[in-house]
Amino acid sequence: MDLNLTPDEQSFRDELRAWLKENVPEEYDGQRGGEDSDGYWQYLRDWQKKLFDGGWAGVSWPTEFGGRGATPIQQSIFLQETIAAGAPEHLGVIGEGLVGPTIIVAGTEEQKAKYLPRILSGEDVWCQGFSEPNAGSDVAALGTKAVLDGDEWVVNGQKIWTSFAQGSDLCFLLVRTDFDVPKHKGITALLVDMKSQGITRKPLRQMSGDSGFNELFFSDMRVPVANQLGPLNQGWKICITALMNERTNLGSSMFTFFDQAVDGLIEHARTRKRNGKLLSECPLKRQKIGQAVADLEVYRLNIARALSRMEKDSTPGPEGSMLKIYWSEMYQRLSQASMEILGDVSQLKDFDGGEWVYRYLRSKGSTIEGGTSEIQRCILAERVLGLPKSY
Amino acid sequence: MDYDLSKPQKMLQQSVREFCQRQCPLEKVREIMETDTAQDPELWQGIADQGWIGLHLSEDLGGLGLALVDLAVVAEELGRACLPGPFLSTTWAATLISKSGHEAAAKKYLADLCEGSKIATVACFEEESGWAAEEYSTIKANESGDGVLLSGSKQLVGDAAVADIMIVAARGDKGLTLALIETSADGVSIKATPGIDATRKLYEVKFENVPGTVLAIGDDAKRALTESQQVGNVAVCAELVGSMQWMLETTVEYARTRKQFDQIIGSFQAVQHKCADMLLATESSRSAALYAAWALSESTDDADRAVSIAKLFCADSAQKVGGNAVQVHGGIGFTWEHDLHMFYKRNKANEFLFGDSTFHREHVALIAIDAA
Ligand SMILES: Cc1cc2nc3c(=O)[nH]c(=O)nc-3n(C[C@H](O)[C@H](O)[C@H](O)COP(=O)(O)OP(=O)(O)OC[C@H]3O[C@@H](n4cnc5c(N)ncnc54)[C@H](O)[C@@H]3O)c2cc1C
Repeated sequence: MDLNLTPDEQSFRDELRAWLKENVPEEYDGQRGGEDSDGYWQYLRDWQKKLFDGGWAGVSWPTEFGGRGATPIQQSIFLQETIAAGAPEHLGVIGEGLVGPTIIVAGTEEQKAKYLPRILSGEDVWCQGFSEPNAGSDVAALGTKAVLDGDEWVVNGQKIWTSFAQGSDLCFLLVRTDFDVPKHKGITALLVDMKSQGITRKPLRQMSGDSGFNELFFSDMRVPVANQLGPLNQGWKICITALMNERTNLGSSMFTFFDQAVDGLIEHARTRKRNGKLLSECPLKRQKIGQAVADLEVYRLNIARALSRMEKDSTPGPEGSMLKIYWSEMYQRLSQASMEILGDVSQLKDFDGGEWVYRYLRSKGSTIEGGTSEIQRCILAERVLGLPKSY
Repeated sequence: MDYDLSKPQKMLQQSVREFCQRQCPLEKVREIMETDTAQDPELWQGIADQGWIGLHLSEDLGGLGLALVDLAVVAEELGRACLPGPFLSTTWAATLISKSGHEAAAKKYLADLCEGSKIATVACFEEESGWAAEEYSTIKANESGDGVLLSGSKQLVGDAAVADIMIVAARGDKGLTLALIETSADGVSIKATPGIDATRKLYEVKFENVPGTVLAIGDDAKRALTESQQVGNVAVCAELVGSMQWMLETTVEYARTRKQFDQIIGSFQAVQHKCADMLLATESSRSAALYAAWALSESTDDADRAVSIAKLFCADSAQKVGGNAVQVHGGIGFTWEHDLHMFYKRNKANEFLFGDSTFHREHVALIAIDAA
């Protein structure tokens, strides 16, 4: 074991450090609040564009697709350095972390040329249309139907919980193309323009009050066959690849978000008073802060260790489920502890622009999105520990 | 950068594992823990012959000049085997002698400790001072000629009955004084104080004008004591990880074979999810423990914080893992007959050693809030 950087890794780091020093923007000073905050989204988009222009977008993507071709360890350095430099959180979670890597594996040359560069530049924002009212954990039971008509698929049905659909340009959609085979074998993946005729979008209000996700209704929506991703009825396999990517990437790209939360918490504890004493003087609050710092650090180490393993065996494995459980449950603990530490006033919407209320509520969705904690634990039990399937 | 063990480290891991399986299977652990001292001379000599005692000390001091990650590799396997005896006590004492910078004592004792011909321990803990002996220690070190005379008493001294030498953290005129004594000296009285963990015995030690050699005084003593406890914690964390690994494997194996309602219990999600949580806790602890070992070896800026984080995380995780292990085993898991309780109890003792989670959470908070 040696966490010292090799000369190659060092020069990667030095180059990145120098670039970050010149390019990291001032911290966002407006209201971040929820996902409706347009100003904040623009700020993140601008950052994405800067990363792209500087050649730092898509660090993990192969260079032939406009990425940096970074090894997993370089990705880990990237994460570390962007945190240290106080860079903004990452915007392109679905596009860069999930759709792009899947297109790279399963897409045609035309599809790669058409979609990949625009993901990295932040020009295209993607959403992911997998879940349906009756197909959540059991995504493979989805029933949104596509029928071939000439060189077009005609799509009818409904998706639900589609995050970012309001601002998205494209949708990575799973549809049923064969009803007469076992459920996993009749699914096809489509790349859908959100401006297509026949899509209706209905925002759903989350418990945080934001409209982070949506319902999508399809009525005779036409999708060119050229937009089919991968072979007919192979959508499940493609979806598994995508979900594996989601589980590993989603987690690491959220690190900055948590790190900023802990920093903010400590800053408050140092300066705010309760009963005439600084919050940081209360032993119980100190315990909670110590725990939050430790939780977060172990999360960082788990990511670094997973990436180091992937350096040798590059496929994301089921341990992505470990990271997913870890960060989503840590998010809830952290949000809960934060409000306990900050005290009564933290419930006010004006307090830090509602940041703490938002985190407290939003974190409840995190153990559901991207595969619930229960499903993740089943995956670990079956695929890592070798226990019998339970469903 | 490589977070994984190197080839030589994997070989070391393999040889410690095989040694333990051969020389100290769990039936043997039970036999040894039933004795008064939990020290088996033959086993001890075997460990010494492999070079694992003081392996992190430099070669001129009698060690192998290996890194703390290597110490962690050994300690993890010893934890996984629940190996009884004074490994931790001697490792701590040897580290403290070397950190105190007292060359004569290092020359006189370290080679013997590494070779297994002598055993050492540290008398640090007192109820009112905890592990930070410099603050409140009531043991007096009165200057006398070249050395000091010690009077007072200490608790929770590991393996005192089998130790030849003991380093005592006491208070002298110039603050914390680390004094080395021979346990055979007049005025030393050692009383067994049986604790939760029978694989490592604890003692109360009383001193009445016991002559000691001064290893370090004041800030030097404080630094040496703190650093030796950090090294001790690296070993403890690795032990906890080894113990968790054993519990995880044993529990999953049981869940794969035990049947109820005509089904393998491992097909029930309530059981599966407990096992998955054990896996997550064990692997996360391993990430933390390895990092702490590496950071301390390399003296990185965050080494102190890394050790505290590892200790609190591993200790808390071991509780969860142990709890789940017993629960998934059902009634058999609660028996004396099953081996689980040996690990479960040792983890509790390890949790306290060198500061419990509350202590280390406060330390992490201190660094985060006050030191920035
Ligand atoms: C904030 C948020 C954002 C989301 N974004 C998207 C998105 O962008 N695109 C998209 O396609 N989807 C998205 N989702 C949907 C998400 O993937 C689903 O909600 C999730 O997979 C669970 O499906 P469900 O809601 O139908 O719950 P169900 O599957 O009905 O689950 C209900 C409960 O039953 C448990 N359960 C179900 N099956 C089992 C089983 N076999 N064993 C044990 N327990 C089980 C679950 O763990 C859960 O606790 C999002 C969800 C949230 C909360």
